[in-house]
Amino acid sequence: MTTNILMTGVGGQGVVLASDALAEIAVKGGYDVKKSDSLGMSQRGGSVVSHLRFGHQIHSPVIKKGEVDFLLAFERLEGARWAGYLKQGGIAIINDHAIPPLSTMGGAYGYPTVEETVAILKERTDQIHLIPATSLANQLGNPQVLNVLLVGFLSSFLAIEEKSYVEDLSQRVPAKFLDLNLDAFARGREEARTRQAKDHDREA
Amino acid sequence: MHMKKLLSGNEAMALGAYHAGLSVAAAYPGTPSTEILENLARMDGIYVEWSTNEKVAMEVGLGASYGGVRTLVSMKHVGLNVASDAFFAASVTGIRGGLVVICCDDPGMHSSQNEQDNRHYARFAKVPILEPSDSQEAYSLMSLAFDISEEFDTPVIFRSTTRISHCKTVADVEDNPDIKRRKAHFVRDPYKFVMVPSNARPRHPLMEERISKLASYVETFPFNEIILEDRNLGIVSSGAAYQYAREVFPGASFLKLVTTYPLPRELVCHFAGEVRKLVVIEELDPFIEEQLRAWGLEVLGKALVPIVGELSPELLQEQAVKLELISRPAIAESSPKVPPPLPVRPPLLCPGCPHAGTSYALRRLGFYHTPPVDDESEKRAGQLARQGIIVTSDIGCYTLAVYPPLLALDTCACMGASIGQAHGLEKAGVRTKTVSVIGDSTFLHSGITSLVDMVYNKGQGTVIILDNETTAMTGHQGHPGTGFSARGDDAPKVVLEDLARGCGVRDVNVVSAFDLEEIESTLKRCLETDQTSVMIVRGNCPLRVRSKGRPMMVDKEACDQCYNCLRVGCAAINRNDDSITIDNNACVGDKCSVCLQVCHRQAIKVNAQ
Ligand SMILES: Cc1ncc(C[n+]2csc(CCOP(=O)(O)OP(=O)(O)O)c2C)c(N)n1
Repeated sequence: MTTNILMTGVGGQGVVLASDALAEIAVKGGYDVKKSDSLGMSQRGGSVVSHLRFGHQIHSPVIKKGEVDFLLAFERLEGARWAGYLKQGGIAIINDHAIPPLSTMGGAYGYPTVEETVAILKERTDQIHLIPATSLANQLGNPQVLNVLLVGFLSSFLAIEEKSYVEDLSQRVPAKFLDLNLDAFARGREEARTRQAKDHDREA
Repeated sequence: MHMKKLLSGNEAMALGAYHAGLSVAAAYPGTPSTEILENLARMDGIYVEWSTNEKVAMEVGLGASYGGVRTLVSMKHVGLNVASDAFFAASVTGIRGGLVVICCDDPGMHSSQNEQDNRHYARFAKVPILEPSDSQEAYSLMSLAFDISEEFDTPVIFRSTTRISHCKTVADVEDNPDIKRRKAHFVRDPYKFVMVPSNARPRHPLMEERISKLASYVETFPFNEIILEDRNLGIVSSGAAYQYAREVFPGASFLKLVTTYPLPRELVCHFAGEVRKLVVIEELDPFIEEQLRAWGLEVLGKALVPIVGELSPELLQEQAVKLELISRPAIAESSPKVPPPLPVRPPLLCPGCPHAGTSYALRRLGFYHTPPVDDESEKRAGQLARQGIIVTSDIGCYTLAVYPPLLALDTCACMGASIGQAHGLEKAGVRTKTVSVIGDSTFLHSGITSLVDMVYNKGQGTVIILDNETTAMTGHQGHPGTGFSARGDDAPKVVLEDLARGCGVRDVNVVSAFDLEEIESTLKRCLETDQTSVMIVRGNCPLRVRSKGRPMMVDKEACDQCYNCLRVGCAAINRNDDSITIDNNACVGDKCSVCLQVCHRQAIKVNAQ
């Protein structure tokens, strides 16, 4: 079984760092791993997309359109933009935060509303998690931990043990920021858990 | 000892070269090749440099190789155009220490001005080429590349593409191997190293002989691999395309080629004989396909894979379905409904970018400076577009000023072209004044000679050198004007204003990148003189020097919603409904203040508290 994760966002949000970390964790878990970032000039506020695949044996480093298991969008418009890559019934995890590009000011197309975003995603899946990740990160006192928080959310869906993430963070993050990052990871994971529990109650 | 590591292709090539006994590496930055030298610069015991341009890097590499040590030169695909004269010379003289030339192509032009297929350079210069298909091969092939170079007395092209260079895949690499480097030593041999015609003539037959020896050598090259499964379909492929092909045709037979020039004829013909239908899957030009056809093999190639753009697994799948090589996948792979159009997010100048003020000034002058008009036809053209001045641009972050809202530029071709283009426009008789815009790294790379040309030939152009004291576009590498080396140590600093004066320019000006008035008045004055003038616009890149001034604020009462501030194209300035806000997380404050300077109502202020 191959797991296909597409992470998208805006330059500067930490998309590539997040996918790098997750890729390393998957390697340690014994998987074959390939990842591919498109970051042409993304340092300059453009769109960023990172393909991450792991499984028994991986050939292509990019995911075929329609085969994404998890779409992890750090920004709402970028979530909508890549919705078409989701497989039918895939899981969309979308930060509800909006970073309107300059092109929406006087440009031809406006920034999609929440309803429009959801409608675009609904074409592919009903499993849509629109989460206030940026506000949660701000509540923790540092917007920079957005990426760790989102990985925390995603982690609750993956078959990788929680301690592997914690180990990786301990190696990656400077000591004085470690607690903050561990909190962010736990906060994201908890958010996913409470949502899953709620869904479960509703079904029951 | 071996260990498994997740490496990008660039990391793997650097490590492979290092383990193969590399002594000298020279490069000029360029996406997607930059990280190769950046990685080498973190390794001990070798000499690394950012050269002034790719041609210099190639010549440094050639010299080092003549000195008997293993040498690496790396660049992006178009870099080899710049370096080609030296590269062809290397092919003629041959080498002493192994010389590997990495060039990274960019199919799909993720960050380039063209998508040329550099495999042609191998045939053109009569040198072998190797193409890895993942990081494992990028690592393992490197020592073979050096061996081939030395055994056959030839430079070797090591060709990567964006997906190979920037993808991370798992590679089994040696852990702390015992690295053997050669001792440098030059042995005189004018017949080999001095290419006067009488010495060069006997080299040509040697080159031809070399290529035919290589053609037999590659027949048994260990990384060319045949996988025989379903014999109905036999796929010949290489590089990233091979990985996509494995994905899309899981049960087919494969011939993976690493040596794409010269090609192993017997191996290919043997494979062709084993399968019913022969297909070549390669990105960009039909390089392998044409050779196979020349050998009389019937192949399906560019009819399947487009010649234009980057290949992707879904594109390959779509095409394969169309040509009935595979059946349509059971689940529809894309939604039937056309998604609504979404706003684009092109890259922008960063908040606090020192290029913003100059670009804003150029746009204003372009639109509002009245051009001289001779006849009616010119007048109409002038009305169609901004024609107050013509701005020839170069390549760098400042090229982003071509996008709205700045729309400041009229041309951009290749590195260093801006100055010559402006001079050509003037000498053709175009009467509109020209301004060339060129970054500090680009000016040193290939602007100096054209500036000298302009002075010598009495050009009247104005050349703006945007000096942000770094090579920003590719991630802040050092260059001769920065004062630091590839390893980050102090280095002698070339002073651009002295250099411009040394080129013979009399009218040399240095202005601050964040003083709009000074930029505009100096520019206007320069445009009016009848000699070559240079304006050096100096200001730090905010991504490199991360300092902030006092924060800015918008006085809502004073703002009359003219939105002139939005014309700066700063990502920190937002319009929410009708009102303007400044994102103080992104803004660098009054270290920049260009928005404050363009506000007619003084509604943008420094927040003094
Ligand atoms: C021949 C060639 N080599 C390298 C590149 C890649 N490249 C594009 S712009 C640039 C340098 C830009 O530096 P500078 O002129 O200082 O402008 P900045 O980005 O700092 O504003 C490089 C290396 C290229 N396009 N062509």
